[in-house]
Amino acid sequence: MEAVRSLIRRKASALKLLGVPVLGLSADLLIGAGCVAEVHSSAVSLGEAGLAPRFSEAAEHGEIKVVDYTCPAVHTALQATEKGVPYMPLRGVIGSDLVDERRDWRVAQNPFAADDDPILLVSAIAPDVALFHARWADEAGNVWVGRRRELATIAHAARHTYVTVEEIRPGDMLENELLAPGVISAVYISGIARAERGAWPLGVPEVYAIDDAHLSLYAKAARTREGFAQYARDYVWQSPKSSLPA
Amino acid sequence: MIARLIADATHVAVGAASAIPAAACELLRAQGKPLRVTRLHKRKGNPFSEGSRELFDLAGQGRIDYFFLGGAQIDGEANINLVRAEGRRFPGSFGSAFMYFACRTILFREEHSRRVLVPKVEFISAPGSSPASVRRPGGPIALVTGKALFRWQPDKRRFRLDSVHAPHTASEVREATGFDYDAGAVRETEPPTLGELELVRGPVARELAADYPEFVRRVWS
Repeated sequence: MEAVRSLIRRKASALKLLGVPVLGLSADLLIGAGCVAEVHSSAVSLGEAGLAPRFSEAAEHGEIKVVDYTCPAVHTALQATEKGVPYMPLRGVIGSDLVDERRDWRVAQNPFAADDDPILLVSAIAPDVALFHARWADEAGNVWVGRRRELATIAHAARHTYVTVEEIRPGDMLENELLAPGVISAVYISGIARAERGAWPLGVPEVYAIDDAHLSLYAKAARTREGFAQYARDYVWQSPKSSLPA
Repeated sequence: MIARLIADATHVAVGAASAIPAAACELLRAQGKPLRVTRLHKRKGNPFSEGSRELFDLAGQGRIDYFFLGGAQIDGEANINLVRAEGRRFPGSFGSAFMYFACRTILFREEHSRRVLVPKVEFISAPGSSPASVRRPGGPIALVTGKALFRWQPDKRRFRLDSVHAPHTASEVREATGFDYDAGAVRETEPPTLGELELVRGPVARELAADYPEFVRRVWS
C-alpha cells in the first residue's frame, strides 16, 4: 500500500491493473487519483466495507476500461505463463457472458474426449510488473510470502517484480528448511524496498491486523470526488501520517 | 433454514460476502455435525496454503459439496449477474462462473424485490443451466431470500416456491418477485428453535466475529 501511495504521489498514469484474482483498496485509490486506464479483474470491492466507490463511478462513467474475469481464469492465465505455455484449459465458465466479451478466451473441443466435450481455453497473461508487500526479505534478495502462494505465481509470471517488506533479515532464508517453502527466490525479484507497516490499512498476519475502522472511513469518504480528494490529502500526500497506526 | 438445506454436507466453502451462510455452517458445527467449513477469507488459521487458487482446485476436483452465491440480479432461470445492472457497476463475477459449475449451490440474497429478482438478468456472470454436453457436476439447488425459500427444478428449469418466512405471505412474495415460478401448497418456513437461536447468539456469533466484524456488530450488538 505504501508503494501505491508513492505511485499516486509520483502521478503515475495510464496504468493497467490486473487483479489476482480480485482488487480492493489499492485499485480504488489509484483509480480515484486518476492513475488508471484499464482494470482487468474478477472483482473490485472493499470487502465488508462495501463497494469500491471510485471504481464503481469510473466504470459507470466510462472513465476506465474494465475487462471482467472470473477468479480461477486469472490464476490459470498466470500459471500458463509460469509454465511457458500459450494457454491452459479451465472447466466451467461456458455460457457466461464473460466468454463473449473475450478474444483471448476460446471454447474448444477436448481433443482427448470421444464425445462432445467443450472446454474453455484461457490465454496466458504476462504482466509487466508484479507489485506486492511481504513480511520479510533477506540479504540474498529472497522474499518470504508464506502461504500467499499466488504472490509467487505473479512473481513467476511477471517480467519485473517489486516488493515492499516489513523487515530485511540477515542471511539467506533458503537455507532455513522451515522458511524456504514460503520464499520467492531472488531470481524472480527485481527490487526490494523496506516499508514498515507498508500494508496499512491492510494487515500483515501476526504483525498487525487489518484496520477495519480505517477501511470504513475510506469507504464513506470516497463516495464523492470531494471526499476522496480530502482523503488523499490527509492520508496519501501527507505520507508520514499514512504509516502511523490508526 | 440454510443450515437445514445443507444438512447432508460434509464440506462447505463460504465466501467473503456470505456472513449469513457462514452463520448457518457454524450453527451446524455448534450442533455437533462433523462438517468441514472452509471460510475463504478466514483471517487466522485460513485452510489454504497454496494461495487463493487452491479453493478452485479443490472445488474442481469435487471436494466441496456446497457453495453460496448471491447476485445484483437473479432471474427465473437461475442465471446470476454480479457485473452491471440499470446503469450501475457492481464489483464483478468473482469465482461464480466456475464455482456454480463445480458445487451444489445455494443462491442467497437478503433483499427480495423486483429490482433483484428479475425476469432476465442484464449480464450472465454464471448461467443457471448448461447444455448436456457441458461438464457440470454442480448447479443451483435453492434460492433463499429474506422473504422465502425457492427450490430449483432442473428438469423444468424453473423455481418452485417452497416456503415463506412469517410474517410475509405467498401473495406478497409473488408481488415482490420479477420472474414467474411454480407454487403449489406453500408452507410457512419453520422458524428457528429456541435452542438454535441460543447457539446462533452465542458460539456462532463468537466464531464469526473475527472474519465478519461489521456483520456481527450490525446483527448482534
